[in-house]
Amino acid sequence: MNPAAVARTAGVVALLAVAAAVPLASNVTLTHVGVFVLMYVGATLAWNIFSGYTGYISLGAAVFFGCGMYTVAIITKHLNLTGGVVFALFPVGAVVAGLVAVPFGLIALRVRRHTFVVVTIAIFFIFQLMASNFSFTGGSAGILPPFLNWDPNTFDEPFYYTALLVAVAAGVLAWLIWGSRFGLQLRAIRDDEDRARGLGVRAMRVKLAAFVISAVIIGFLGGLYFYFQQEALPEFAFNPFFDLTIALMAFIGGFGTLWGPVLGALLLEPYLGYAQLQISNSYLAEVVLGAVFLAVILFLPRGILPTVGEMITKWRAARARRAATPADGHPPEVAAAAGSGATGGGGVR
Amino acid sequence: MGSRLFQALVDGVLGGGVYGLMAVGLTLIFGVLDIINIAQGILVVLGSYLSFVLATHLHINVFLGLLITIPAMFILGIAIQWFFIRPLRGRERTSMSLLASYSVAIIIEGVLYQVFGSNFKQIPTSYFNSTVQVFGYYIPYIYLLGFALAVLFVVAIYLLLYRTQFGRSVRATMQDHTAARLVGIDVNRVAAVTFGIGVAVTAAGGMVYGSINAFNPNSGYDLISRLLAIIILGGMGSIAGALAASVIMITLESMVDVFWNPSWSVVVFYAVLVLVLVFRPQGLFGRREARAQ
Repeated sequence: MNPAAVARTAGVVALLAVAAAVPLASNVTLTHVGVFVLMYVGATLAWNIFSGYTGYISLGAAVFFGCGMYTVAIITKHLNLTGGVVFALFPVGAVVAGLVAVPFGLIALRVRRHTFVVVTIAIFFIFQLMASNFSFTGGSAGILPPFLNWDPNTFDEPFYYTALLVAVAAGVLAWLIWGSRFGLQLRAIRDDEDRARGLGVRAMRVKLAAFVISAVIIGFLGGLYFYFQQEALPEFAFNPFFDLTIALMAFIGGFGTLWGPVLGALLLEPYLGYAQLQISNSYLAEVVLGAVFLAVILFLPRGILPTVGEMITKWRAARARRAATPADGHPPEVAAAAGSGATGGGGVR
Repeated sequence: MGSRLFQALVDGVLGGGVYGLMAVGLTLIFGVLDIINIAQGILVVLGSYLSFVLATHLHINVFLGLLITIPAMFILGIAIQWFFIRPLRGRERTSMSLLASYSVAIIIEGVLYQVFGSNFKQIPTSYFNSTVQVFGYYIPYIYLLGFALAVLFVVAIYLLLYRTQFGRSVRATMQDHTAARLVGIDVNRVAAVTFGIGVAVTAAGGMVYGSINAFNPNSGYDLISRLLAIIILGGMGSIAGALAASVIMITLESMVDVFWNPSWSVVVFYAVLVLVLVFRPQGLFGRREARAQ
């Protein structure tokens, strides 16, 4: 292993250690916010596996979140489950979300670019309205879980560790896919879908696979959120703000990069949580949020990770040039590799 | 039955005309700049609030008030384009523009909440309460006048596009950005003015919308989702398509409203969009995109 890889591994281990230790601080608020942060890390990573890698911007991720949530809600309401067994239901929510993603993807993935974005929004609204219109979803009153007789001081902890597990799993999956042939096909679609098809990529199959994978992860989180939040309401299960938030997190960190979404979620979600809890004037918080986005777009147009990576690469290249030894090998590549290592993840592209 | 059908048709066609006006602005911006202005919905609401303020505090007739609000929105549009859209370059321009206009939208939304609160408002106009009777069905004047206003604006935009030198350069830019630049068209200026026009129509659209419906800053989301559905269905960048699609969709919605159940009308609205796109991905009047993405 080269030094950069060692540093990277150490960084990841340190980050995980800190994340695992958060509940030990026995600060209920911290753990509570932590659950949200980890959920968004997982969801944004999952979103990025499809939208980031293929360039198809989906604003329909909340469909999977809501399907996972309602699946768990409906099962648990009929069986009246209250113990730790509820955690076993989350995978069921994930499977249902994955099944929903198949027809959703088959319809939506026929169109591209703006039209795809709008189709995902349309399908999202259909689901939200169905949830508030059908009787088996409890209509607009939603579904409440059976009362959980858990200790309020440690209530959040199982959710915290489950969310951490999902976030880590999503990260590992995103990393494995990034380096695989499958990931390469996805990114080929992003660069030029028609040419990728010409080169033998089965575009529809590949896109659909990524779409379903991201749906399964987000569906799992939806199930988790039902018990964490203690209710399933149409407008919170199928929440347009959820779609936008994860997209913004991915964009701010670095759209289509491997670790950008993690950075975006870690930066943005604590602010959102803080704004919700601390700033009594939520409208001001909204204006600040918008202004921050605009600043990021204007000054870091491709997201934090790629832009900072580029700056470091440039800086190192300039330093290498000043050292003036162009004969020994390939300074630009060395600089690029080091630059990406310094920003915490492989391939700043 | 007959009168209910008539009511649904009237609501659909007249309401569709107003949505058509807002959608024309959106599709025009898309056609020239190749971006979707997510802020269009909240800008309509902003237009409603401006008319509301003029009508309640300064007691200016809502139609006369447009002489103030339209230029104001035009300038706002040019400013948004100049500061936030124009600097976007490169491969991620499309997605970044979605994000940029969304950011503008939430800033405007936050400011509107701050200034007006979340209570629903409606522009008080006498045109809403006085009605004209047609075949036993009472139509408020505002529906007719709003529709007439929408027609007027669409005709004006049409004449601007097809009968003036500026319109020629807009259409050239829509067809081919690079070629337009090569023949000496100032593409940046065309883009800025088009964005201004696209936003300016929201002043008129907002005035009619706010006179017919109660609105609050959150109404922007409902509007933008509908407008997006309409311009996609009509075929992105097609002005006639946007008009036709808005009349078709709003009529369909009011049909479902009247004959089935209001709570399903929006589901049908979006389901029809999805269904049409399965068979015609380019929309009803759009051209097939060549080598997109």
